[in-house]
Amino acid sequence: MSGALDRLRGGAPPKRHNARTIAALTSNPGCTRRAVLDAAGADKPKIAQQIGFPGNFGQSRFALARGNGFEAMLKADDCALLLTVLGDCLRLEPTGVSYDDLGDDADDTLAARHARTRRLLAGAAGAALIDHPLLTLDVAGQRVFLEPDLIAFQVEGRLHVVEIKSFAIVDGQADSAKVSAAAVQAAVYVLALRRLLEELGHDPELVSHDVVLVCTENFSLNPAAVVLDVRKQLATLKRQLTRLASVSALAAALPASVSFDPALPPADLIAALSEIEASYAPECLSTCELAFYCRHEAAGSTAALGRPVQDALGGIGAVDEVLALAAGTRTPTAEQAEAAELLRAAARLRAELMSNFPPGPRPEGSGPSIPAGRCGPGHVEKGSP
Amino acid sequence: MRHLHVHPSPLVIIPLAMAGEANTPLAAMVGTTAGEPRLLTVAQPRNRDHRFAFAAELADVLVRYVDGFAGAAEPIAVDRGRDVRYRFTDAPQLWVPNTGGVDFLRLFGRSTRFRGTEGEYAVPPSVPLLGRWLTFFANSAEVPGSSLLLNAVQALGLHWATGQSSAEDAQLAALLGWISPPPGRTGAEAALAAEDPAVSPPAGPATDPSFDNHVLAPLISSASPDVAALTEVLHAQLLPTWELMWRALDLLRGLPAGSRVAGRWDGDRDAYSGFVQHLADGGPPQPRRDGAVAAAARLHRLENAATRYAVQRAFDDPLVMAEYRLSGAAFVGQVTLAKADRIDDSGKRPVLRPRIMVVTPEPVRVEKGAALTSPARPGQKALVVSVTAVDDARTEVLLELSGGMGRKLVAEPGSVPEVGERLLLTTLSEAYRPGGAFPDRDQTPWTHGGPPASEPDGA
Repeated sequence: MSGALDRLRGGAPPKRHNARTIAALTSNPGCTRRAVLDAAGADKPKIAQQIGFPGNFGQSRFALARGNGFEAMLKADDCALLLTVLGDCLRLEPTGVSYDDLGDDADDTLAARHARTRRLLAGAAGAALIDHPLLTLDVAGQRVFLEPDLIAFQVEGRLHVVEIKSFAIVDGQADSAKVSAAAVQAAVYVLALRRLLEELGHDPELVSHDVVLVCTENFSLNPAAVVLDVRKQLATLKRQLTRLASVSALAAALPASVSFDPALPPADLIAALSEIEASYAPECLSTCELAFYCRHEAAGSTAALGRPVQDALGGIGAVDEVLALAAGTRTPTAEQAEAAELLRAAARLRAELMSNFPPGPRPEGSGPSIPAGRCGPGHVEKGSP
Repeated sequence: MRHLHVHPSPLVIIPLAMAGEANTPLAAMVGTTAGEPRLLTVAQPRNRDHRFAFAAELADVLVRYVDGFAGAAEPIAVDRGRDVRYRFTDAPQLWVPNTGGVDFLRLFGRSTRFRGTEGEYAVPPSVPLLGRWLTFFANSAEVPGSSLLLNAVQALGLHWATGQSSAEDAQLAALLGWISPPPGRTGAEAALAAEDPAVSPPAGPATDPSFDNHVLAPLISSASPDVAALTEVLHAQLLPTWELMWRALDLLRGLPAGSRVAGRWDGDRDAYSGFVQHLADGGPPQPRRDGAVAAAARLHRLENAATRYAVQRAFDDPLVMAEYRLSGAAFVGQVTLAKADRIDDSGKRPVLRPRIMVVTPEPVRVEKGAALTSPARPGQKALVVSVTAVDDARTEVLLELSGGMGRKLVAEPGSVPEVGERLLLTTLSEAYRPGGAFPDRDQTPWTHGGPPASEPDGA
């Protein structure tokens, strides 16, 4: 099943998926290009670099250092500090909780750690903390190893995924983008854990959809734990993974010449990319390494201006088309009729209003031919000059 | 048309935060003149003393700037002339690059306003005062139409549209590149060039990760950082944004102000005067979170302000009104009939109720009984008596007028539209909106948690 996908990668080894990349799959589900490349484990950052559209996805080492420091502090002395936080949050008895560290992160021990995780979960009962567990999830026919921060057992035998993040909760409020990213990541772990329990013959519902997010409190390094319900994220994730499974068929249908080996010359890579349709949206810029190339490719489409603008323009695909419809130089199709009428009305209004003003000093080049704003051509410039 | 007040001498603040930390300042460039940027830095952001030294320095700049307006005041009649209150004739105005800058100031205000000035971790008295001012500004930035704390990205976006998405517009350099590209370049080219963090460093508060890793980390990882070198790289990192800020201000100053901008600035001066008074009276710092009653009242005020602002912008600016005309909430038509002396004597006493007929080719989505206003005569109400389609393209609207015509039974000259006049009518209205009635704090209903316990003094 994954043969076609492996072929797409050329000679390069597959990129390792993690919860973060799987979580990213849930954004922009309509993009086939991304689905195929991610399923194949192609090295998107390298491809983007090779074709001259490098992304900008660095992470500051200060942020990494703080994240690691916070986690180390919580897990010191067999998770003493973490236990007190979880104790309040999950009613976990601070005494009598077993703690199992399944070993450090290293590529060569993956299978062994996963086996230990399975063994531990198969026989576990009672309150326990499992550190460095290793789970697996099938993503488009590929087995992916995942490392949750921690799994905590509650006394009643329900499992909770614990996610440790070093961003701050100030007066009970945190950055919503960071919280939702953490929630999607935790949902990936919940799903993987449920699949594992199912394999082991347990009830998958033993894994709670309530995950625990441990963050720093206010402006200090003191931990604060909150419970997040990730049911919604789980549903999205399941749907996405089912969709990815059908990606293999898509990949198999591609011509045999298509390859995403980052060592190929740029022209070949671009030719290969153009075989698979992308669906660019501005949100891609913050999640996908290929976004800059796709943006370049999507220039002149209304989708590149973002969803609200595209909707305001009646869902018409190309900027040229919008302008032609507004100017009345193009006959609208039946389904464009309504949008075209609105666009013409907007163009008339704008022409009327702009003729009332003397041509004021407008900075050179500030009158782009691309309409933007909520109502199309009526709003190329939002204020009067 | 400009929809916000641009102060002749605003205080520009560009904060930079330490990556990963909870709103820990790294540096800030501040000043009221383009030629005199002042750089404040934190040599060791994780060191508490250094952070509060930075806060004290910022307080020195900001509190002095803000206090500078608490001088000349003007009397304002209140309670129908029975009383008088004073309002300062000018108020401070802060500018930051983007919404991230506003959030930074809010959180920095939160982290400083409860600090103690005595005891073990004492800070200079200016630090909690800074926190209270920053909180005041951050709160006012949430009020639609307020110009006390503005961010350049939003202010420019309000007046110019670009051919890029809002995600790309959020970067000040790319946005300005598009709006006013350097000679010889198109907006799209300039915007693209501005995306390279090596050319245009991010406008903060987040720093460029590769700057963190390759430039900053070697400098601040040592126990005794080289302050001179650190200052130099931070200055280089902030200066491009500093120049962009002043360019943005110049561009905005080049637009003529809408006629209702001054009225909203009056409201801002009221808010400023009120807060100066609150501080002088020894009022407590703003609470961490509003109680139920305070939150509901604030929400109500914000909603009122949002509605008023939307209406005022449309009345000021024909291009904003065009949006309402497009959707049928406003239309321009020609007066074809006018009966200026019509008297309605069906009530107890006769009243002047002229009627006019307006014909428009534009879409009309108002119903019989709706009350319309015309920006040309804001004090006059036009009640829709009937809406009739004349043919495919035109609609006749019959209106009955009331108000704004003097007290007599004969309308003042010019107060009733005449035949042939082009008239804009809209469902938007500038009418006064009464404040909501909310219970006292100690009368908070049980559905909202009951009366709150008194706010604990926090550190």
